[in-house]
Amino acid sequence: MKYFKYLILGTVFGIVLTKAELISWFRIYEMFRFQSFHMYGVIGSAVVLGVIITQIIKRTKMKDAKGEPIVIAPKKLSIWRYLLGGIIFGFGWALTGACPGPMFILAGNGVFVIFVAIASGLLGTFVYGKIRHKLPH
Amino acid sequence: MNNIIEIVSSPWPWWIAGPAIALLMFALIYFGNSFGFSANFRTICSMFGAGKSCDFFDFDWKKQTWNLVFAIGAILGGFIASQYLSSGDAIALSEKTITELQGYGLENPGADIVPMSIFSFESLFTLKGLIFIVLGGFCVGFGTRYAGGCTSGHAISGLSDLQPASLIAVIGFFIGGLTITYFILPLILPA
Repeated sequence: MKYFKYLILGTVFGIVLTKAELISWFRIYEMFRFQSFHMYGVIGSAVVLGVIITQIIKRTKMKDAKGEPIVIAPKKLSIWRYLLGGIIFGFGWALTGACPGPMFILAGNGVFVIFVAIASGLLGTFVYGKIRHKLPH
Repeated sequence: MNNIIEIVSSPWPWWIAGPAIALLMFALIYFGNSFGFSANFRTICSMFGAGKSCDFFDFDWKKQTWNLVFAIGAILGGFIASQYLSSGDAIALSEKTITELQGYGLENPGADIVPMSIFSFESLFTLKGLIFIVLGGFCVGFGTRYAGGCTSGHAISGLSDLQPASLIAVIGFFIGGLTITYFILPLILPA
């Protein structure tokens, strides 16, 4: 039961991203060609509300469901890992038309070949784990 | 009642989806976690025993069970939306996008959620299938871990927290995505 709420939240996530067509390869192509506002509207409005929510959490020193203070860990700033990792992810995003969440949602939509992309993504993560000491971070 | 069904089954606008995603992020933070989907890739690697040969995967993956359950929910949500909440209409892509993709030989852009001529088991073992599905998937898995997050972790959570690192990552996402879309897709889509 401890995990039931996450199943519900995940289900809502899957429904929202399917219904707003965010899992569509076509929408990602359209976004990268700047031919529609749709994706920018989604990400933009999520970030605007997200900034407001995050500021409220911090300024009111909000506590979480267990009564513990909410801590949002800052990300250690550097250039290379974010820029290079980001670019490589961007290659994959434009090719598959999906980021990790939408890949799983596409599977639910019946696009079963996406499991191959997920398996390949797992291999990518594994290879990163193996060679990360040799990469600039 | 019919009206409600019609509203639910037609595509949802950005101003519903965006705020809904922000609220999901808040719910995950409120329950003591964070919104970052690609962490599941690392967790699954660890689950399969990758921690034995590599310290990057040597962590208590059971603490990430909530995120795996969230991912199972995502699959379930995709199933529910496609089975019960779908109007079956084509995606309302812009005219430019449709014309352009037709020019590359894709039939009926937007009729399905993905171009079925690429994302099918039949095309998996063609050069196109290998590039779009296998290489694309690899880049997603490698890149997200290298960058420490994907769209949910950096573009939504990180930017919401005004993290400079996430802004750099999102700029990277677009450099990569634009490079593929402008220089590579025109070469490989018509092939």
